[in-house]
Amino acid sequence: MAGTITLADVKTDEKSWWCPGCGDFGVLAALQKAVVDLAIAPSELVMVAGIGCSGKIGNYINSYNIHVVHGRTLPTAMGVKLANRSLKVLAVGGDGDGFAIGMGHFIHACRRNVDVTYITMDNHIYGLTKGQNSPTSDRGAKVKTAPEGSIEAPVRPLQMALAAGATWVGQGFSSNQAELVELLKGAIGHRGFSFLNVISPCVTYNKVNTYAWYKQVLTRLAEDGAYRSDDRQLAMARAMETDELLTGLLFEDRAAPSYEDQLAGFEPQPLSAQSLAMSPAQWQELLAELA
Amino acid sequence: MGDVAWKIGGDQGEGIDSTGDVMATVANRLGYHIYGYKSFSSRIKGGHTHYQVRIADHPVRAATARTDVLVALTQETIDKNVQAVGPGGAVVADQAFSPALPEGSQLALVTIPMAQIARQIGNPLTRNMVAVGASAALLHLPMAAFSAYVSEKFARKGDETVAQNLEALGQGYTAALAQMPEGLSVRLPAVEPAGRLLLTGNQAVALGAVRAGCRIMAAYPITPATDIMEELVTLLPRFGGVVCQMEDEIAAITLVVGAGYAGVRAMTATSGPGFSLMQEGMGLAAAAEVPAVIVDCQRAGPSTGMPTKNEQSDVMAAIFGGHGGAARVVLAPGTVEQAYHDIGLAFNLAEGYHLPVIVASDLSLAEWTQTVEALPYDGIAVERGPVVSAAELASLVTGFDRYRLTESGVSARSLPGQARGQYLATGVEHLPSGKVSEDPANRRLEMDKRERKLATLAREYRGTEYMGNERPDVLVITFGSTVGAVDEAIGLSQGVGQVARLQVRRLWPFPAEEVLAAAQGAGAVLFVEQNAQGQLAQLAEMSGLHHARTRHLRRYDGTLFLPEEIQGAIVSALDLAAKGVS
Ligand SMILES: Cc1ncc(C[n+]2csc(CCOP(=O)(O)OP(=O)(O)O)c2C)c(N)n1
Ligand code: SF4
Ligand SMILES: [Mg+2]
Repeated sequence: MAGTITLADVKTDEKSWWCPGCGDFGVLAALQKAVVDLAIAPSELVMVAGIGCSGKIGNYINSYNIHVVHGRTLPTAMGVKLANRSLKVLAVGGDGDGFAIGMGHFIHACRRNVDVTYITMDNHIYGLTKGQNSPTSDRGAKVKTAPEGSIEAPVRPLQMALAAGATWVGQGFSSNQAELVELLKGAIGHRGFSFLNVISPCVTYNKVNTYAWYKQVLTRLAEDGAYRSDDRQLAMARAMETDELLTGLLFEDRAAPSYEDQLAGFEPQPLSAQSLAMSPAQWQELLAELA
Repeated sequence: MGDVAWKIGGDQGEGIDSTGDVMATVANRLGYHIYGYKSFSSRIKGGHTHYQVRIADHPVRAATARTDVLVALTQETIDKNVQAVGPGGAVVADQAFSPALPEGSQLALVTIPMAQIARQIGNPLTRNMVAVGASAALLHLPMAAFSAYVSEKFARKGDETVAQNLEALGQGYTAALAQMPEGLSVRLPAVEPAGRLLLTGNQAVALGAVRAGCRIMAAYPITPATDIMEELVTLLPRFGGVVCQMEDEIAAITLVVGAGYAGVRAMTATSGPGFSLMQEGMGLAAAAEVPAVIVDCQRAGPSTGMPTKNEQSDVMAAIFGGHGGAARVVLAPGTVEQAYHDIGLAFNLAEGYHLPVIVASDLSLAEWTQTVEALPYDGIAVERGPVVSAAELASLVTGFDRYRLTESGVSARSLPGQARGQYLATGVEHLPSGKVSEDPANRRLEMDKRERKLATLAREYRGTEYMGNERPDVLVITFGSTVGAVDEAIGLSQGVGQVARLQVRRLWPFPAEEVLAAAQGAGAVLFVEQNAQGQLAQLAEMSGLHHARTRHLRRYDGTLFLPEEIQGAIVSALDLAAKGVS
C-alpha cells in the first residue's frame, strides 16, 4: 500500500463541528498529512478518540474510529493494540479528557509503554462543556468555574510523562504545521508509548492562551543546536525551566522494549488473526493439571 | 449416613485454608463428593476462621448447619461451633490450649497434643497435619490416600518437609485411633475413585474462558474475583494471550471494549464495587455494539462493606445500572458446571449479538469448592458471530453500514484491518453508517435495533431450568449459588408435598414466559435469594408474575443459606398452598 495514500483517502465527508479558527483544525490537518506521508492505509489506522471538542477529530479522519467515554482513550487503545498489533493505534483527546478524568490512565500508559501514540489537544480549557477550568488552565485564569481566577497549580503534562517513564515525549503547536507534521510522524513511528501534547487554542472560551500569546512565549527546541533528546534528566530540566512553553521532541528512548515485546508467549502475529481452536487433547491436558 | 460434615477452625493466618484443602482434595480423590465452605474475614492474620468440608457419597452443593467432626485449634472454635455438633459426633482439639466443652456436654472430646507433636518433629508448621491425621482416623478414611497427597503437595519443599508432614499425619492418626470415642457414629460408605475434579466457580470461569478462546483479560484485583485473574495469568500466555492488571476497573472494562472492537475475545472480572465503576464502559459497549464479557462475583457492600461475605445484590445494577438504555445480557450460573457453561455462552452471545454480557456469579460460587461431574470439551463451542466478508466489503459502492437495521437487530461488523471496513464506533447516537446523528427518527430506529437483539436472543435461548413435577404444591424460584441449598432443601422435604424448583439462569432479558408458565400451576411460590430487596422477585413481578400465594426467604446477613432453613420455608409455603384459596 505504501505510497498510494492521498489526502482524499484520509478525509471523511463529515462536516466539521468546530468553531471557525479552532486550533483543532490545525491538528487534524497535520495528522492527515502525517498519515499520508507515512502511507498508513485507512483500514490499518485506529483512532481512539476521547470526549470533548477535540475528540471529534476521529469523525473527520477516514480510519477505524472508536469514540469512547470521557477520559478512557488509553486503556481502549491498549486493548486495540494488544488485539491486533499490526494496526497503528492513535489515542486522541483534550486536556480535560487526558489530565483530569483520564489522568490515572495517562500515568499508567506512560509507564507501561504499549506501542500506541497519544495526542492531546491542549487548549487549557473545557471546550465542549463551554469554558470551565481545565487541569492545564493557568493559575489565575478566570473561567466559568473559577470566576475570581483559578487557585490551582496547573498540571505539567510533559513533566508528568517524563516522570512516569514515557519513552517518547514531545509538544507541538497547531499553527506550526511543518513542525507538527514531523512530530506526529516521529511519535507514530516510535516503537512504544509516544506522547505528543499539542497546543491547540480554543478561540471561543480561552481569551488568554491565544495564538498571539503562544507565538510570543513558545520556544523551539530545534533551534537549540545543543539540545539532545536522549537524556531524560535534561528533558525534565528543560521542561521545568521553560514552564513547558516549548515545542519539539523533548525526549525519546529508542531502546526501551514495548509492553508487547515483553509479554511471555505473545506472538508477532496479531491475536485477532490467530485461531482459537483448542484440541480435545489440549483440553484434557489442562484438566489433568488440576486433578 | 453417606454425608459427613467435617470442620476445622482456628485463627486466621494459621493455615486453616490449606488444611481444609488437604481434607477436601484427598476425600475428592477417594471418590467422594465435596462441598468446601470457608468463613473468613477481610484481614490476613488474626480473627476466627473456619472451613467446612462436606464429604458425601452423592453430589452436595451447599454447606450444612450440622457438624459431625469439629477440629478445634483454639477454644474460640469450640465455643463458636460446638452447638452444631450433634450426638454421635466428636470434637478434636489441640491439648495446647486445654480445651473444654461446655458444661454438661455429652460430646466426645479427643484431645491430642498437636503443637507438641509438631515441635518434637522439628517443624511447628506441621501442627495442622497432626489434626488431619487425627481426622482421617475418626472418619475412617484411608491414611495411604493422605500420605500420597501430602508427599506430592510438599515435594517441592524437599524430602525433609515431606518426611515431617508424613510423620505428623501418622502421629495424629495413631493418637486419634487410641482414643476412638465409643459413641462416634460417623461413617462414610466406601466409594471408588472417579477422577472427578474439585473446583471453584472462579476456576471454572477461567478454564471456560480459555476453552472459549478468550485471549485478553483485564482486571483490577478484588475479592472474590481475583482468582480468575490469577488463574488466567498462567493459562492465557500458553495460548498466546495476556492478562493485564489495570489501574482500575474503568481501565479494565474500556480495555476489554478496545480488544473486543478489534476482534479478540476479551473479558474482565470484578465484584460489586468494581462493577459500579464499569457501568459507563458497559454502556459504551452496548451503544457502540462491541462484544464484552464481564464477570461480576457478587459480594456484600461497597468498598470494604462485607467483602468476604456472600450476597446476590447486584441484580438490578447488572440489568439497569449506569446511564439509560444500554442493552445487555445477564447470565446467572449457580454451580461450577454452570459457570463453565455460561462463560462459554457469554462469549458466543457477546460476539453473536455485539453487546456486553455479564456473568453474575456470587461469592459462594466463586470461592467454594465443589466436586465437579465434568467440564466437557463439547460443553463449549466457539461461535464468532457475524463479521462482514472481504468480498462483500470489496463490492461496496458506498461506505460500510456497520449499524444496518435488520429484523433480528444484529448487523455484521467489520474488524480493524479489514480493507474498506472503516467505520465510526461510538456511544453517541449514530446512523447505520456509524456517522453521528441526532435525528429523532433515527434515534428510535437505532435504539429499537439494539433492543430487538435482546428479543431475538430471548427467543433463541432458554433462560430457566426447571426441576420437579408440573403443577407442584410449591414452586421455589431462585438463582445463583443458592440453587444448591434449595435443591437439598427440596430433597429434605420429600414426602411432605410436591415441591419443584425453577432456577433463573438468565436474569436479562428476563425469561418472563418461562417463569409465568412454571408458576401458573403452582399452589404457592417461594422466592429464595440473597439480598434484602428481593431483587429477583421484583424482576418477576415487573415481568407480570403476580401469584396470589407468594412467600419470600431472603438472607443478607453475610452468612450462607443452609438447606435446613430453606426446608422450613418450604414447609410453611406448603401450608400456604394447602389453604387453597386464591
Ligand atoms: C463521565 C463524563 N463526565 C463529564 C462529561 C462532560 N464533558 C464532556 S467534554 C468535557 C470536558 C472536555 O474538555 P477537554 O477534554 O479539555 O476537551 P475540549 O472540549 O477542550 O477539546 C466534559 C467534562 C462526560 N461526557 N462524561
Ligand atoms: S469551543 Fe473552543 S475547542 Fe471547542 S470547537 Fe470551539 S474553539 Fe474549538
Ligand atoms: Mg480542553
